Amino acid sequence: MTLSTLLVVSATLFCLGLLAALSRRHAIFILIGIEMMLAAANINFIAFWRFGPHTAHPTGVIVAIFAIAIAAAEAAVGLAMVIAVYRHFRTTNVDQFNQLKG
Amino acid sequence: MNIFVFGIIASFTLIVALAAATLPKLMHAALSFAVMFLGISAFFFLLGAEFVGLVQVFVYIGAVAVLIVFTILLTPHDVGNVRGFGWSGVVVAIAVFGGLIWAIVKTKSVAIAPSVAKALTVKQIGEALMISYVWPLLCVGVLLTAALIGALILVMEDKRS
Repeated sequence: MTLSTLLVVSATLFCLGLLAALSRRHAIFILIGIEMMLAAANINFIAFWRFGPHTAHPTGVIVAIFAIAIAAAEAAVGLAMVIAVYRHFRTTNVDQFNQLKG
Repeated sequence: MNIFVFGIIASFTLIVALAAATLPKLMHAALSFAVMFLGISAFFFLLGAEFVGLVQVFVYIGAVAVLIVFTILLTPHDVGNVRGFGWSGVVVAIAVFGGLIWAIVKTKSVAIAPSVAKALTVKQIGEALMISYVWPLLCVGVLLTAALIGALILVMEDKRS
């Protein structure tokens, strides 16, 4: 297990999240994709901390904890927005949210 | 290190992540999304960051996955309408993947083994949070409070109309 194999795994996870965020039509799938990308970034933080020269100081761990907290806040607000938009449009298909389209 | 365990965890996580990204039924995707975070926290345990692994399990499987399942149940959607799949997103994702893999393979300095490190205790993390990172911690507290109030206001029924 070297750092590059971990980076390959997290890059694959990031691209799967990007795939879900870009190609799905459902609003909740887009949030799932964003959460997957944030988790891939967390794996990178922990991996660079663990393979770096200063493992005694927990910088990477602290950054990962903050990233998890911010991702939780983002998920709460995003799902609330999905519910609010569903109440208004009666659908969760993002292709039909085109009221502002010129 | 234990390359066998690493291979098992990596393939498990990526297969479940692929299922979460591509399964047509939303509930199946949400459940495999929850299982994917078990794999990711196994990575954290393998890398010696047990605290982050536990936080990941508590926050994601305990809170975010349950929140997603609740949202799915609260928004009954017309199934055939939402099932579309944009192939341009696949092209973009494969292009980004190729670029990232090219950058990782080209960089020689990342092909290193982990250094021998002492185990990180929760006491060390707490001291770092409360001494070095106390202002970011307070800002995250304010952010979480604002997100809580904002989510409540977003889903509140408008009584005037």
